[in-house]
Amino acid sequence: MSIITFTNKGIYCPQGKFYIDPWLPVDHAVITHGHADHARRGSKHYLCHKYTEPILRLRIDPALSISTLDYNETIFINGVKLSMFPAGHIVGSAQIRLEYEGYVAVISGDYKTEYDGISTAFEPVRCNEFVTESTFGLPIYNWLPQHELFGGIRDWIANNQLQDKTSVFIAYSLGKAQRLMKGLEGTAKLFVHNSINNLNKAIESNGIVLPQAELVTMETPRTETQNQVVILPPALLGTNLIKKLSSASVAICSGWMQVRGSRRWQAADAGFAVSDHADWSGLLSAIKATGAEKVYVTHGSTATFSKYLNEIGIEAAEVATQYGKEDDEEIGEPKNEEE
Amino acid sequence: MEKFARFIHDLEISNKTNDKIDAIVRYLDVVPEEDKIWLVALFTGKRPKRGINTKLLREWAIEISGIPDWLFAECYHSVGDLGETISLILPKPTHKISKNISTWINELSAISKQSDEAKKEYVLNAWSGLNVQERLIFNKLIGGGFRVGVSHKLLVNAISKHSGIEANKIMHSLMGKWVPADTNYAELINGLDLDTNISQPYPFCLAYPLEQEVGSIGEPEEWQAEWKWDGIRGQIIKRKEELFIWSRGEELITSQFPELEKMVSILPDGCVIDGEILAVEKSQVLSFNSLQKRLNRKNVSKKQQEETPIGFYCYDLLEFNYEDWREKPLGERRSQLEKLISALPENDTVYLSQVIGFKSWEQLATIREGSREMNSEGLMLKKRSSPYSTGRKRGDWWKWKIEPFSIDAVMIYAQKGAGRRSNFYTDYTFAVKDGDKLLSIAKAYSGLTDKEIREVDNFVKRNAIEKFGPVRTVKPELVFEIAFEGIAESGRHKAGIALRFPRIRRWRKDKKADEINTIDDLRNLLNSTRHADRTDKGI
Repeated sequence: MSIITFTNKGIYCPQGKFYIDPWLPVDHAVITHGHADHARRGSKHYLCHKYTEPILRLRIDPALSISTLDYNETIFINGVKLSMFPAGHIVGSAQIRLEYEGYVAVISGDYKTEYDGISTAFEPVRCNEFVTESTFGLPIYNWLPQHELFGGIRDWIANNQLQDKTSVFIAYSLGKAQRLMKGLEGTAKLFVHNSINNLNKAIESNGIVLPQAELVTMETPRTETQNQVVILPPALLGTNLIKKLSSASVAICSGWMQVRGSRRWQAADAGFAVSDHADWSGLLSAIKATGAEKVYVTHGSTATFSKYLNEIGIEAAEVATQYGKEDDEEIGEPKNEEE
Repeated sequence: MEKFARFIHDLEISNKTNDKIDAIVRYLDVVPEEDKIWLVALFTGKRPKRGINTKLLREWAIEISGIPDWLFAECYHSVGDLGETISLILPKPTHKISKNISTWINELSAISKQSDEAKKEYVLNAWSGLNVQERLIFNKLIGGGFRVGVSHKLLVNAISKHSGIEANKIMHSLMGKWVPADTNYAELINGLDLDTNISQPYPFCLAYPLEQEVGSIGEPEEWQAEWKWDGIRGQIIKRKEELFIWSRGEELITSQFPELEKMVSILPDGCVIDGEILAVEKSQVLSFNSLQKRLNRKNVSKKQQEETPIGFYCYDLLEFNYEDWREKPLGERRSQLEKLISALPENDTVYLSQVIGFKSWEQLATIREGSREMNSEGLMLKKRSSPYSTGRKRGDWWKWKIEPFSIDAVMIYAQKGAGRRSNFYTDYTFAVKDGDKLLSIAKAYSGLTDKEIREVDNFVKRNAIEKFGPVRTVKPELVFEIAFEGIAESGRHKAGIALRFPRIRRWRKDKKADEINTIDDLRNLLNSTRHADRTDKGI
């Protein structure tokens, strides 16, 4: 028995007649989280976590037809029981749990297992079938614990301040930017680009409290941002806005920064392996905790990761999807197909 | 180790020469004396012998990380560096070991004489006491270089900045056969027991490419024409019975060319000659390809010397009888150089770079057409009245290079690069048309900007048809202009043709895949260059 199939439009539940994170327009789309490769425009009706709603309205269309759920809340669609569990990826990210005649499937979207201080912490969900990502599905990717990671980043900022340099962070406007704001609160005055500011407002409309941050534009005087922290989306890497800042030291925050080759490829001053995806051990522990009989690997190191799962006795198959691609924020990322 | 790891990290992220120099200076400021000598040793190829086989390292890393061999191979492929791959897959450290670089190196040298079991115990303990960055350094100390863009020259400049000693003197001081373990850093860089003045080179005189009509530069009789050799520009200095060879990058490369070192016995004392280091067989200049086999080697074996003999083609005389001749006109310098060379005893290393006689520019243009047959890149034109200038001066010296060949070809395979490029598809295979099929003819990388590489990378990721290990077959859609220096018949290539030094000249976004060249175009080119090919084979 199976309650999900993989179609050319996306992941489909035939019993419930809805799609999860479809990449082509459908009637009913259930959305795991607000990143553009998972939440695409064009569908008639959307169902997502309540924190994701304002993000979709901002990024797709304010007039979108959306209904929402909270974590652990349940609805039935055509006899299929649907509920959402925190995926720990970004604010509002949810694993979609489907149950039909006692059979359970979980579509996890993107996830990370460590609590990042801002996204609701990941919860493992028991299921028969588990759909997983594998963005960092190689054993070379093992993140430092959050406090160590941010300790290093704080040291870097302090060192920049000693040299009268402005610390510039390149991070996704949705997810990583807010995580950085939270983690760097108190180190310096925080400045963000408009795209991040808009998302901050959307996130705050849910009652989530974010640290104070000011807008940085081409008109912001250099003296205001000097020695402070500026967070910009990847598309702005190497643009005039950075050149305009007072002696900017630029750090790229991405899981790919774990490898020297990627760090050196970027003309940045530092690279921090800050990722909103599970690392190797996170992926394995999450998958084992589901107890799933069958695992589908949708994006990332799919071939390698599913081969390894099969070798350690977890039945796994690679499926081709459109996730991890065509994200409008991917410009400037070191390996632009996956994160 | 923390200081060194920090230092390597600083070097790694700095893109500017001055930042790298500053990083070295900062490091020299903080490390104990005994570690400084190892900095010099590690960056000048005087690293200790590899005491532990990398195969063993790999084996142990796989064992303690508990991953299958194939998965390690995948990781290695993704990272592009063995030492780094190992540092990333090992379990988290359980304790912290702090030791100086010199201590680590001494311990590694001691352990290399012991059994594999003892080595394993030592390495495993080190791995469990170091973080990811430190492990990487440790693995690199065992075997492998630090690819952080520090040339010999840059290191010397940094030491010079730190110590206040002139860079060329430090270059001389570092070149001898010193052993790091028995050498004191301060004594080494101060060049104790050395007369560093005698190795002092002159700045090279350089030529501008000739872009205007050749006739516009003056009358033929005012000019001296020579072949433009494609080798390593060098300056040979003999003073006080010692010989020094400097490259144009101001590196002392004397020891790389033992056959040239022998010239110390035949050259007159107090002379400096500008010329080209070339691979030469039976007075015939070989291609740069052959010379490459001899470059950047620390030790040159007898066999390598026999297979690729080196010669020095003399261009100019800069110093004679300890007198600086650079202000004298070229004509005078040249005739003295000719006298000097003809007076030498018979040898097969020092040659005069031939002066080409010509009456008119038209005649010279015809001669230039034959450059490829000589394994030369074209012609050099030097004004007979010119002094030997410092650096590049417009008007006195011109290089008149021949055009490379070029064809349009379509990309059919792509593979990820190594090191810095390990996350990008940067190595491509190109094909030309053969009827309605495609025939691969060349593999090339580089020649594209970073931005273009990203674009091509993106294309490959979206248009991969098949995987063969690391190689992706891609939709034949992207057309590139491929430049190459020569064409020859080849039994080893499917097309029956081998291109010399193929590289991407530009991305022809304006062309479609059906507009590319055909294999017949290449065969015709091959037939028309047969003559040059014969020279190659020595027929």
